[in-house]
Amino acid sequence: MSVSDYIPVIGLEIHSELLTKSKVFCTCSAEFGGDKNSRCCPVCSGLPGTLPVINQTAVEYAVKAGYALGCSINKFSVFDRKNYFYPDLPKAYQISQLNLPLCINGNVPIEYEENGEKKSKNIRINRIHLEEDAGKLIHDDLNGVSLADYNRCGIPLIEIVTEPDISSAEEARTLVEKISLLLQYAGVSDCKMEQGSIRCDVNISLMKPTDKEFGTRAEIKNLNSLKSIYRTIEYEIKRQARLLDRGERIVQETRRYDDNKGETRTMRTKEDAHDYKYFPDPDILQVNFTDEDLDRIRNSLPEMPYQRLDKYINVYKIPEKEARIIVNNKRLSDLFENALKVYNNPKSLANFVNGEIMRRMNLGEIDIEAPAFTAEEAAKLVQMSDTEKVTKNDAKEIFREMAEKGGDPEEIAKQRGMLIVTDTGKVNEVIDKVIAANEKAVNQYKSGDVKVFGFLMGQCSKELRGAATPKVIKEELEKKLKSL
Amino acid sequence: MDVTSLTIKELRTKLDNKEISSPELTRAYIDRINRIDDKLLSFITVTADEAVTAAEKAQERINKGESSPLCGIPMAIKDNICTEGVKTTCASKMLENFVPPYNATVMEKLNSENIVMLGKTSMDEFAMGGSTQTSAFKKTKNPYNTECVPGGSSGGSAAAMGAGLCAGALGSDTGGSIRQPSSFCGVTGLKPTYGRVSRYGLVAFASSLDQIGPIAQTAEDCGIILNAIAGYDRHDGTVSKRPADDYTAKIGMSMKGVKIALPAEFYAEGIDEEVRKAVLSAADSFKAMGAELVDCSMPSLKYAVAAYYLISSAEASSNLSRYDGIKYGHRSEIVGNYNELITASRSEGFGDEVKRRILLGNYALCSGYYDAYYGKAMALKQKIREEYAEIYEKCDLILTPTAPTAAYGVTENIDDPKKMYQADICTVTVNIASLPAISTTCGYTDKGMPIGMSIIGKMWDEASVIGAADAFEKGFARRPANI
Repeated sequence: MSVSDYIPVIGLEIHSELLTKSKVFCTCSAEFGGDKNSRCCPVCSGLPGTLPVINQTAVEYAVKAGYALGCSINKFSVFDRKNYFYPDLPKAYQISQLNLPLCINGNVPIEYEENGEKKSKNIRINRIHLEEDAGKLIHDDLNGVSLADYNRCGIPLIEIVTEPDISSAEEARTLVEKISLLLQYAGVSDCKMEQGSIRCDVNISLMKPTDKEFGTRAEIKNLNSLKSIYRTIEYEIKRQARLLDRGERIVQETRRYDDNKGETRTMRTKEDAHDYKYFPDPDILQVNFTDEDLDRIRNSLPEMPYQRLDKYINVYKIPEKEARIIVNNKRLSDLFENALKVYNNPKSLANFVNGEIMRRMNLGEIDIEAPAFTAEEAAKLVQMSDTEKVTKNDAKEIFREMAEKGGDPEEIAKQRGMLIVTDTGKVNEVIDKVIAANEKAVNQYKSGDVKVFGFLMGQCSKELRGAATPKVIKEELEKKLKSL
Repeated sequence: MDVTSLTIKELRTKLDNKEISSPELTRAYIDRINRIDDKLLSFITVTADEAVTAAEKAQERINKGESSPLCGIPMAIKDNICTEGVKTTCASKMLENFVPPYNATVMEKLNSENIVMLGKTSMDEFAMGGSTQTSAFKKTKNPYNTECVPGGSSGGSAAAMGAGLCAGALGSDTGGSIRQPSSFCGVTGLKPTYGRVSRYGLVAFASSLDQIGPIAQTAEDCGIILNAIAGYDRHDGTVSKRPADDYTAKIGMSMKGVKIALPAEFYAEGIDEEVRKAVLSAADSFKAMGAELVDCSMPSLKYAVAAYYLISSAEASSNLSRYDGIKYGHRSEIVGNYNELITASRSEGFGDEVKRRILLGNYALCSGYYDAYYGKAMALKQKIREEYAEIYEKCDLILTPTAPTAAYGVTENIDDPKKMYQADICTVTVNIASLPAISTTCGYTDKGMPIGMSIIGKMWDEASVIGAADAFEKGFARRPANI
């Protein structure tokens, strides 16, 4: 059989750090980075006698994530201890949730293209629970020691577990992108893969179309880029298909993805699997939500991407393709929204965002996470261009500078002599001068030879050099010639 | 007059009237500790110099007329309560050199009253035991007979209290660890309602059962100490937001019409005849004071010890996993990979009883056994709570023996864990049901060893428990230990 004869059955476990200011069980800063072991205290470093106290904001963020992913919220929820020994886990247990997670039964629609064909699918979410992150180990091979950094200990994480509804690497990648976007819009996670704030475990098995039950699955742990998720799944499908073709059995095991070799390798088999000896954490009170609590949290959810998309297409009349491009990047969309507050011309701003901004983002000239210019400045520039205070070409030139250093577009235009100031007095003065100096041409025009208008127009423009728009010059010149 | 024989209440008057100074009082206790503790072995660490400095500070406050109920009072603290800058060993080799960088909330509260900490007292290792003979450092003896155990796990605090080595003490109680040693050492000890006192800084044994409480000469002194340590704490999610009461409010209360239940199972087979008689005689004293005695039953008591050991060991197995010798605590010299290193460190650092409980707890939580053991124990917890609720529908207080026997010889029971565990039968249900209970001396055996009785109250009703114990104490002649 070939690979295409098997149906891949894939489920994801996505871990995403929450954007709370402090950690989930103590008051230490939850910010990324910092000097080693500078963001920890007796509680998150697991000193004897310390107790965890739950951060209510983290609980609310997890619930918000649940609403963003279409989940139901458990009004009664319990935290459990997951016990295992590892030097990056100072308490030797992770506070997590087993039987009663905060959110259950969600649904995330995805759209993607396969062989040039548009497809859409719903991926069910089994659960979302709240837990704490572990620290980091740094292995110093030179001195033969391992060092522990506990800054990350206690950073709040949500674990999103999907149902095995995914059938391809493309679907998995699209889903992770979509979930990242939803979490960013909900304001609960920044989903920066490069900082490890979103990580993914993949569960995958193959079955034949005639099979009634799922095949034996392998779990590939800790994938931290869209590319590695994609490649892992592609690799695993091939690996498992090859084994099945040979009549061999798939071993239920945990595997690791080697990015350099582009392949997965055995980490531990089922026999070595941990027994985490979960039990309810007696230090943490059970969570009880009232209907009012949940209404308040749901109502605090910001505008979500599908709501923005609908608004862009149906209210702003932006073409769907362009609208999607903007919405699919939260920062870009926020910039667009903020720009609209200054200059309420959605179509023109959308063109600018999809044109100049995207172009320079793709060139690496704009870091959309931290652009040099503000949305207000961008809006002003677009408005100046639209009202012909600068020429279209000059607007691009001004934006090049703004993308690099930021700044008020009007100031830049002034400094660089690109600002078009319409001074009708001066325009008329110049026109009079040109008419006086070109009697012959004027007479030609008056006798019906309208072709010379271009020549006269050119003379005026040359003289006015950016002090008026061509439109104004044209109007004034026509008026003057008629009145002669 | 020997100031070390006075109660906190009496000392307060003497201190505030300038009849004695806190530094003088402190030195008197330190002298007594130096003289007696070689025999008693109640302190793991004596902080003599710090105590004198603290006493001088307290005296300044007293001199300014800014005294508070515990200002300048010398106290002993169980060695599982974290004290900033002072070793907190849990009587375990594992934490032999552990110096906490922070204070337990109860220490913050006591320090704000300017108490004088005399030192840290011995205990069963990680509070697991009822004899203080599992201490890795000081196997404390009973002040009434140094051939006998002081009880445990707060045996150091209770023995120090019984021998007049401190004016008040803190212990912790997971299944009887304040009440039983108080009973053995002839003093009064109170386990508050779960959630009344912050556990922050108490090295955890079984988190759902642990509670810090006072050990003192009298019920009233226990109330004075509880007043200082009770209340909300943002560092402990399980502590109640319910405002603390005045726990001395019912001192001198009338017992008239108070309904006291005597559950039959607590007086059945397995309870020493001398103990039963003494407690029933105390019941008669209450009756004579106008109380009404009520017969009742607690059918689940026979399963209570099993449930207690499953729950407490399960939680302990998880709580004690952090001791891997990586961040602090004992680290083995054995060179190996991570698993070999922590296995060696834990094997060397923990004593047998602690290991036994870790094994038991891990077993109870293993997948496949969870429902049969931990699950059943949790169901029993619910049952015991219901049975208490039923009893409290028709009474105000419950009276039971504190332990089936008085203090036994130091060599007895040591090699029979099952027998040791069974001895907790009278105390564990109180922890399982989160209730407050006090133990006070109600008699002496023929050999002169103290016998304790426990008065158990409704949740949050420490004041009545203290009031009733006080009423009894006022009509009972205590025999001080002769050490």
